[in-house]
Amino acid sequence: MTHVSIKELTKVYPGSLEPSLDRLSLEIESGELTALLGPSGCGKTTTMKMIAGLLSTTSGDVQFDGRSILNDKPEQRGVVMVFQNYLLFPYMSVADNIGFGLKMRKVGKSEIDRRVKEILELVKLPDLGDRRPKELSGGQQQRVALARALIVSPNVLLLDEPLSNLDAHLRLEMRDLIRGIQQDLGITTIFVTHDQEEAVVLADKVALILDCKLKQYDTPEAFYRRPIDEATARFFGGQNFVPGMSKSGYFECALGRLKLPSDALLGSATLTFRPENVKIGANSVGENVVQSKLIDKIYLGTQTRLKFIVGDTKIDVMANPSDVQELVVGDACPITLSADSLWVLAK
Amino acid sequence: MIGIESLATRSFRVITALVLVTWLVLPMIPLAIWSFARGWYFPNLLPTQWSLAAWEYALSDTAGILDSLLLSIGISFAAMMLAILIGVPAGRALGLYKFRGKEYIELLILAPTIVPGIAVVLGVHSVFIWLGLTNTVPGVILVHLIPTLPYMTLVMAGIFSNYDPSFEEQARSLGASGIKTFWYVTLPAILPGIIVGGMFAFLVSWSQYILTLVIGGGRVITLPLLLFNFATSGRNDITGAIAMIYILPGILILLFTARHLTGRSGIGGIGQI
Repeated sequence: MTHVSIKELTKVYPGSLEPSLDRLSLEIESGELTALLGPSGCGKTTTMKMIAGLLSTTSGDVQFDGRSILNDKPEQRGVVMVFQNYLLFPYMSVADNIGFGLKMRKVGKSEIDRRVKEILELVKLPDLGDRRPKELSGGQQQRVALARALIVSPNVLLLDEPLSNLDAHLRLEMRDLIRGIQQDLGITTIFVTHDQEEAVVLADKVALILDCKLKQYDTPEAFYRRPIDEATARFFGGQNFVPGMSKSGYFECALGRLKLPSDALLGSATLTFRPENVKIGANSVGENVVQSKLIDKIYLGTQTRLKFIVGDTKIDVMANPSDVQELVVGDACPITLSADSLWVLAK
Repeated sequence: MIGIESLATRSFRVITALVLVTWLVLPMIPLAIWSFARGWYFPNLLPTQWSLAAWEYALSDTAGILDSLLLSIGISFAAMMLAILIGVPAGRALGLYKFRGKEYIELLILAPTIVPGIAVVLGVHSVFIWLGLTNTVPGVILVHLIPTLPYMTLVMAGIFSNYDPSFEEQARSLGASGIKTFWYVTLPAILPGIIVGGMFAFLVSWSQYILTLVIGGGRVITLPLLLFNFATSGRNDITGAIAMIYILPGILILLFTARHLTGRSGIGGIGQI
């Protein structure tokens, strides 16, 4: 159980003027599963390597339980990193790969054998110890890489894009496995991903990094309900942004005068709401109802994507297909933007 | 389609084998016969009289051939080890990293294979006199690095250009120290290259004549120097016997590395650079 503090961590690569990671600060509670989320090249893997000791830091600090680890060698940090391409040693059997960390810690042969067997059960690969890595499927290799990391009981586990190389059905399985094991063992875990969905389903907390800077560090839900700015909202699939003026309790914009939740900020601002939170049709009170026209409709299987227009403002909506079966492009239709689904972003 | 392709491959393999035999084995046959001949003159196809005298002489203590053999093995082995020690890190730098002036360094390393040894050895000789290395075995070992290092370095550069150093990061992250990482992760990956490059280095050192002659100053008598002495003195039978001894390591190494040479690593890697 290790509490991880990252303080103003910065990396400027030699010969580069711009930092690859700019003053990242995170407090990661013991046993928490945290996602570093961001597009590729935004400094996520750089952060991981600095925590693992595989890359020097330019400035800032990394502390485990209040103690700086920056002067510790990588093998002394109790951090294990699982790389995106698994990096199973090709000259060793699966069992030797998994036992590698214990062998480096001078654990006895019979003890290693016993624990390798145990951990192979944990990752659900009980009979594959004698195989060579190249004889395994991608999903199996991923499990072996995970087992190899878990067997040394690391204080902190780092996973680089743990699901991105897997097929859709394997991702679900692997997600449940990682989440399950992490919860059971209570290892403080940080993983890197460029996929917001992956971050949301797996992590306790998400740190969104855009342009090498921390944008928002919050629970997954908060990124949908309370994004910090337009870029953050867009990264999480936000489509609707309406400029206007926030006055006490109301938002005045091209859509009219909409009632806001009581804690909304005031002044010139941008109104946003999730496509899936827009209700088709009017409500009984008639509050926050906007008259609009349907201009596009795409059936996506489990959902239907609708595009409405109000004056010049286009509104994206995600609806349950059975709720909107009757609607035809060109129809006039009222939509409701209920106050609790609205969120005001600073300009 | 597949049938034609495999036929082409097969005939290519047969032709390669034939060329190899013609090139390597045929020239050795007269020498082998000479070593067992008493008199063998035109127009006889085979010697009129057979004898073991040349071999008896070659293997006796007085001839000094066995001493030269041991000396040659020692010098070539030492040159090979030094070439490995220098060539592995150099090959890693060339194969893995990008840095300014890399092309020039590659050219500089290749230079000894382009410039004949005889052109530089006199310059080296005067430097070695100043260093007190002439007429000594260490001096000869050092000068053998000139032709051996390019092979070693280029083979290792090829190996490293196909090598992913993240495996080392992974090992470190799993708790291996720097030395253990090299031993358990790096070494197994580059061992085929070290074997092939090392064998090359050994053979290149083994066949040096001019460099040994000039730097050794006639005091360091390796096998090729001895061979040349007998060849110029007209003793074809003894020359034949020494030649047979001389080619032995080459044949042994060829048999030993055949597996590595035909595999995907080693030679295949050279094309990468």
